[in-house]
This record gives sequence, structure tokens and C-alpha cells, in this order.
Amino acid sequence: MRPRKWLYTLPLRLRSLFRRQRVEQELSEELQFHLDQKTQEYIASGLTPDEARRKARREFGGVELSKENCRDVRRVSHIQDLLQDLGFGLRILRNSPGFAIVAILSLALGIGANTAIFELLDAVLLRTLPVAAPEQLAEIRLNHEGRIGNSVARQKEYSSAQWQELERQQQSFSAIAAWSTERFDLGKGGEARYAEGLWVSGDFFRVLQVNPVLGRLFSKSDDYRGCGVQGVVISDAFWQREFGGRANLIGNTLSLDGYPFQIIGVTPPSFYGLEVGRNFDVALPLCSEPAIQGEQGWMNDATTWWLAAIGRLKPGWTLERATAQLAAVTPGILAMTLPSKYDSATRDKYLKFSFRVLPAATGVSSLRTQYQEPLFALLAISGLVLLIACANLANLMLARASAREKEMALRITLGASRGRVLRQLLAESLLLAAIGTAMGMALAQGLSKFLVAFISNEGDPIFLPLWPDLRVLLFTMGLAVLTCLLFGVAPALQAARSDPGAAMKGSGRGITTGRHSFVLRRGLIVSQVALSLVLLVAALLFVRTFRNLLMLNAGMQQDSILVADFDFSRLNLPIERRLEYRRQLLPSVRSTPGVDSAAETSIVPLRGDGWNQFIDIPEAGIQRKLVDFDEVSTQYFQTLRIPLLAGRDFNENDTTNAPPVAIVNEKFARTILGGGNAIGRTFRERQAGGKPDKVYQIVGLVGDTKYRDLRDDFNPIVFVAADQDLAPDSDSTIVIRSSGGVSPLVAGLKDTAQRMSPEIVLEFGVLRTSVLHGLMRERLMATLSGFYGALATILAMIGLYGIISYMVIRRRNEIGIRMALGASKSSILKIILREGLGLVAVGLVIGTILAVIGGRAARAMLFGVNPADPITLALAIGGLTLVAVVASLLPAMRATGIHPMQVLREE
Amino acid sequence: MSKPSDLVQGTLDLLLLKILALEAMNGYAISLRLKQVSGDVLQVSDGSLYPALHKLEQEGWITAEWKPTENNRRAKFYSLTRMGRKQLEKESANWSRLSAAISNIVKLEEA
Repeated sequence: MRPRKWLYTLPLRLRSLFRRQRVEQELSEELQFHLDQKTQEYIASGLTPDEARRKARREFGGVELSKENCRDVRRVSHIQDLLQDLGFGLRILRNSPGFAIVAILSLALGIGANTAIFELLDAVLLRTLPVAAPEQLAEIRLNHEGRIGNSVARQKEYSSAQWQELERQQQSFSAIAAWSTERFDLGKGGEARYAEGLWVSGDFFRVLQVNPVLGRLFSKSDDYRGCGVQGVVISDAFWQREFGGRANLIGNTLSLDGYPFQIIGVTPPSFYGLEVGRNFDVALPLCSEPAIQGEQGWMNDATTWWLAAIGRLKPGWTLERATAQLAAVTPGILAMTLPSKYDSATRDKYLKFSFRVLPAATGVSSLRTQYQEPLFALLAISGLVLLIACANLANLMLARASAREKEMALRITLGASRGRVLRQLLAESLLLAAIGTAMGMALAQGLSKFLVAFISNEGDPIFLPLWPDLRVLLFTMGLAVLTCLLFGVAPALQAARSDPGAAMKGSGRGITTGRHSFVLRRGLIVSQVALSLVLLVAALLFVRTFRNLLMLNAGMQQDSILVADFDFSRLNLPIERRLEYRRQLLPSVRSTPGVDSAAETSIVPLRGDGWNQFIDIPEAGIQRKLVDFDEVSTQYFQTLRIPLLAGRDFNENDTTNAPPVAIVNEKFARTILGGGNAIGRTFRERQAGGKPDKVYQIVGLVGDTKYRDLRDDFNPIVFVAADQDLAPDSDSTIVIRSSGGVSPLVAGLKDTAQRMSPEIVLEFGVLRTSVLHGLMRERLMATLSGFYGALATILAMIGLYGIISYMVIRRRNEIGIRMALGASKSSILKIILREGLGLVAVGLVIGTILAVIGGRAARAMLFGVNPADPITLALAIGGLTLVAVVASLLPAMRATGIHPMQVLREE
Repeated sequence: MSKPSDLVQGTLDLLLLKILALEAMNGYAISLRLKQVSGDVLQVSDGSLYPALHKLEQEGWITAEWKPTENNRRAKFYSLTRMGRKQLEKESANWSRLSAAISNIVKLEEA
């Protein structure tokens, strides 16, 4: 019967809730009708209208009371009560703004920080691509152990030859596509303005089932060998940015690296490519690559790995089945694509490659690998801060509950049920949680955008659309409910359980009342202190890691170095004329105002670039040793202040007609040459096509430098002379030391380039900036964990201050009596301090254990610090103790200021 | 006239339901009918009549409709619902049992 009754009365209840005024009006009307009828009755029996009315009224009893009773009956109990409670709670909060502000702020900060990081995590890890049926998408990866060749672009998986064979022979996918990334210069000379580009095979948009918003997208017929310069597809963002979103765009020309491409279509705004964290501007078919890159092109080189592959699985096919099918055709693919210039050892390795099929519903991302761990660590940290904030709030609420014991007792005595009182307290907590969450959400939006901006930079922009999707919303609401329960329930239960009589009589001798809450509050303080210690230790570890990396000796002077890349490929100089061009370029750069020294290099250190070759030293029995190489001009070591330890630098005599010379670093001399004098020794480089080995003579020895990354060890490096390069590239990267400002230097260099040839494309970067950017992860962790650590400490100390004050208030009488009996101020101080610091000590012990465990877990993110480093621990413990002493001292001193007579009089 | 008895809440419900079972009427008419049928023995104070009616409405045993009366004034007319009918049966049965039990005891002869 119950459910049917509910169905029946629901409209009624809803009406009472939402049509309050109407219902009230009807009630009045109904009772008025009764009164009028009664009045008529009495008039008919002979009374005057006035008398009749009065009599009717009198007989009715209290009209208003009756109305009230009717209202009570109609009460849509729960919801109306809740609203009433909320209203009441709001008023209470307004009366104690201090408490409200502290509570809401801590909640907002805790929830906001958590949500922001969760949003980032969600965007980087969990969100699926905005394409149709993303669960059918799969990435095809290659295990290429021991592969030799040229890995370029972020994708670096397949060569064109491999891709073509794969496309031909695969059978697991209904459609398959290859893609790669590239930057294209939009300008026609001078400083470069880059567009983020995608190389795509014909079926790319078909695999992803993306439809154009304007024009059309590529199809298989657009990707054919030798297509040259044809069409380009642009993204919606690029369309808005460059062309203002104007409609008559199709057919217009877009210049990419100086080549005129025709715009054929625009992708929808929700599509940003396959890489999470990146957006693309333009897309070109693979076949156009040779047209742009020329003979340095990737497409026609059997050992340039530049493509990644993605496919849509056939309906019903699993990843395992696809992998198995690919395994079956692998030997065929590898045999067909074996590069001819490989020697037998490399050949064997090549034929052992194997394919892997991985799910690609969430796209591919280097952002993921880089930032996954720090993001989780940050989530853990902000989770701890939230816990501390909740503990604080719980303490605050408990204190208030004790203070309001009398009020609660009064209400219970006046007839409120305990349930009602409990509900009201819970409603207050709910209100705090709601306001805190709302502020937290707002904070999260700002914070997450700030985080993305923090880790992004101009050369490597991160594009990560952030919005609080359903998952994040649920997460935040879950957090809010959890915190509400955590700090609302305990005090509410305590208050509701209190015996009204005792509370009303409450003289505050109070050592017996509230025993339970005391234990709870102590436990909260202990846990707060413990967690704060963990966070402080974490912050210190991360800050030290960052400092260690910043101050790491890279073997060179990184400051005041500008890296300028001069790309003169548009001049289309033949190989023979290039060296001469470069030999003209370098001196004019050197004579540019502001340049202290300048030198060419093929590898800019600490950028992650690298070049290695095999060398042989037959006399030392060294065969096919892979060594890092760098090709530099004269004065390179001088420019970067790399010490020249023996021999000489390259000079004008080291030309293409002279015998090949090389300079090596100490590591090379020690580990490969086995110590001893390196000058005069030789090594060989094998040549292709049966030509005799190239023999280099070592003429100089320099100090060790870091090659790709600050975190690597020092490696053996061989430097060869740029002037001896028989096949130079048509671009020149020059490192420039300058003591002046960057902008005038850049202006001067642009001028120099312009005077040499206006078609030169320039790109500038400050070395130190790119190094710092490489340390972004560590910087992020140091900054945020430091901030959170400080926040946690402040919160914990507020909590400690609060509970000691509370203890003092509770024990006022005891203190007063003691003092009246002659106890000294210092002994009172000692009693109080002992309690507070006792708690802190327990917290510190627990915290230390947790910190050591946590440190071990985060080991991978640390550098140069031991996770259980005693100095760090001591620093953190010391700092926390100091703050704890101060926080306890203040209320303790106030306690000794209590006048004994005052207390006794209150008895 | 004997003093009007105080009515227990539960029995008031029973009376109201029964009256409405016979005919749909507004609150004033109900109070008249009660007085009339019980011979002035049962008098419900007007103040407690309406809360009782509203409670019956909340329970779903009666339903209300605003209709014009004979003198063309708007009044709220209550009528019994199907569930109300069932409730009426239940309460009538209870009442019979109760009153029979009380009668039995009262009729006991002193020994």
C-alpha cells in the first residue's frame, strides 16, 4: 500500500512545496468560508452581523492556531525542514564570520587543489578522443631493439617503406593510417613563425571518422607517390586564428616553408589530433613530404623512422587477435623493407623486430609519460592537505559543539527531538561543504589553467582543453560529501548525545563531560601533525631535488648563451656551395654588435638531441663502438667556456683538403683510449660502399660536458670540424655568447641575416631557458609541494592553537584553584605545554615513519637526495616543533594570565 | 444536554470518513452533519476539524475539489477515495471490536 499512497500524495506534497502561496491562500479561503457560513447562521438566528461574526470567531477557537496545525499536517517534512535548517545554519555562520571564513577557506583550498589536479589527470590520462567509437582505435607499435638509423619527429616508429608494406599486408584493421608531426614556417624569410603540422596518410581522417566543417578532408586519392605540392587541411583553431573564421577560404593559398598549398578543408573544433596536450594547425598528405624536404627528406630514406601508425580494428577483433595476425605477416614486411646498407649484425637485429597492438582510445601522449607520476604525487599531496583541512574543521566543529552544549540542551528541553538537533547540525556542515565546494570548483578552474600555463612554453606549447566533465564533478561532489561526513558527523553525534540536564547545570568543571570528544580531538591533532610532517619532508625533498638539478655542473657555462638557427634551404644551394656560404655566415654573425663570441654546432647541448656513430680503434682492439658525436666550428669550446685541457682547438687549417681531425673529451680519453695521452692517437670511421675507412687524428682534449640531458652521466664525446664536412646541411645552428640584452642581439642578428640573404629563416632560443624547461617537472613538484607543505603546516598549527585554547578554557577552574593554592605561573605553563607538545611528539614520530615510506615511493622523482635523508628529516621536525611550541605557547600564556579570584567567583 | 464527549483523534477520522462516504461535502457542512446525526452529542471544535481533514487528505483517503455552492460561493468539497474506502472499512471493523469489548466488560454484573 505504501508505494501507491506515495504516488497519490506526491502531487499534493509537491504542491505544498512549490505553490506555497497558493496553498496558503486556499487555506485562508476555506476557513473563511466556514466562518462566513457560521456568521450567516447566527444572523439568521437573530444576532447583529457584528455579534454574529464575533460569536463565530469565538466558537471556532484560534483561527491562526488552526491554520498552523493544518500547516503542520501538510508539512512536506524533510525538505522543508532541511531548508529551514539551512536557513538557520546560514544565520549562525553569519554570526561567527571568523569560524566561517577559516572553515570555508580551508575547504575551498583543499577541494580546489584536489579538483584541479584531478582535472589535469583526467585530461592527460583518462579522457577519450573526441572521435567516433574510440574503443576501436588501436596504436601499432614496433619493438625495434638495436635499431640503427635516424629517429625523427615525436613519432619515430616506422619508415615510409615499412609503412607501405604494413598497409599492404595487414588484415586486422578495417582502416589504417600513418602520421607524423612537423613544424612549418608560415613566413617567407626572417624570423620564423611556425604552424604545428601533421603529416597524414590518405586514410587518416577515415580511420578517425572525422568530418569536415568546411570543404573536404583527405582521402586515399590525395596520397599518391609524387603528388608534390597539393592541398592542405587546416584545423578549426588555426582557421579562427589566422583567417578570422571567414567563410570563403577553400581554394586560398597557404604558404608552408615557402611552398604554396591550397586549402581544401577545415576539421571540426573538437578535433585536435591524436596527441593529448597538443593541437595541430595544418595537415599535409605524406606524399608532399619529399617536395618540401628535398633530398634531406624522410620519405625516401629507408632508415629514417618518422611515422606512427593507428588503425580501426575490424568489428569484433580483439587486440590479441590483431597482434597475432600481425605477427604472422611480420617476417614478410621486414624482409621487404630491409635497408640495403646494413651490415649483418644490424640485419639480424632488424629481422627480429615485432609488432605490438595497443589501445588508443585515449590518444597517444608523451605528456602522459612525462607527467603521470608527478601528477599522481601531487594528487596524493593535495589529498593529504585536504585531510588536514578536514581534521581542522572537525576540531573547530567539536569546539563549537561544546560551546553550544547549553544551546542544544535548551532546545532538547523545549521539545526538539535529538534527531532534529542532529539534523540541524548536519545541515550546518552541509552548508559549509556546499559553499566550500562551490568556491573550490571556481578555484580549481583557475588553478588548473595556471598549471597548464606553468608547464607549457613557447617552443613546446601544451594545449589541453580543460573543463569539469562528469567524472571530475562526481569526484568533487564525492569529496564534498566525504568531508561533510567527516567533520559534521562526529561533533553532531556528540552534541546530540549530551545529557540536557547536566549541560544546563554545566558549571564547566568539565573534566568529566566530553571525554569522548577529547580523545577524538587529540587523535585529530596527532594525525594533523603527522601529515604535516610528511608534507614538509616531501616539500623539502622536492625543493632540494630541483636545486640539485639547477646547480648541476654541465661542464659548460650555460648562462648568456643565445642559440640561433639560420635556415638557408630556400636558397637551394648545391652541396658544394653550402660550406662556403656557412664560412661567410659565421664571421658576419661574429661581427654583429653584442656578440662576444659565436660558434657553429650541429648538436645543441641539453636539448635532448643527439647524433652517434660507430668508430673502430684497431690498435686498441675496439670495434664498432657507438660514440656520441658533435660537429663544431672553431671557437666552440671558447664560446661555451668548456676547458681545453690539452692540444688545440680547430683552426683555419682544418679544411676539407686537410686530413680529418677530431677533439675528444676526458671521458673518451679515459674509458675508450684507456687513459694516457690522447693527443696524436687515431680512430677510424667505416664508410659505406666499400670506401676505405676515414681516419681521424685527435688534436685536442676538452673537459667533460653533459650531452642530451642534465640528468645523464658524462659520456665520451667526439667533436669533428664543421669546416671538414663534405656534405653540409643547408642550415647552421650557432651558439652565441653575449653579455648584453637578448632583444637588441636578436634584432642585430636578424639584420645580419637580412643583409646576407632575405630568404634565411631564423629561429632563436635562450639556452638556459630551454634547460630550465627541461627541468619543468622538478620545478613543478618543488613549487607546488612547497606551497602545500606551508599550507599544511599553517592549518595544523591553527588546529593545535585551537585545541590548546580549548583545553585552557576547560580547565580554567582547575588552573584558578591551583593558582589560588600557590602554584607558580611557570608550573601552570609547564602543565599545559606538556599536554600540547606531548601530542605533537606522538604526531612527529608517526609522521617520520610515514615520511620515510612516502619518500621511498617517490624515489624516481628525486635527484641527488636520499629519500630518508636525516638532514631533511631533522630540518622538517625542527621546523614543525618550533611552530608547534609557538602555537601552544600563546594560549598557555593566556592561561597563566587567568586571575584565580575571577575563576573562583564564577564557581 | 449532556456534555459533549471529547473525541479521540482516531475516532474522529472514522467519523469524518463515514460522513464523506455517504456524500461529498465541505468542512462546514461536515461539522453541521456531525452535530445533526449525533444529536448534538458529538461536537468537533471547528479549530480541530480542519487539521483533521487536511491530515486525511495528506494520507490520501480523501480528495478535495473547489466547487461553487448553492449561493455561488467557492468552497472546498471533500470526497472519499478508493483507498479511503478501504481505510473506512478497516477502522469500522476496529471500532466494532473495540466497542463490543467495552460493552462486554460494562455489562458484567457485580458479583
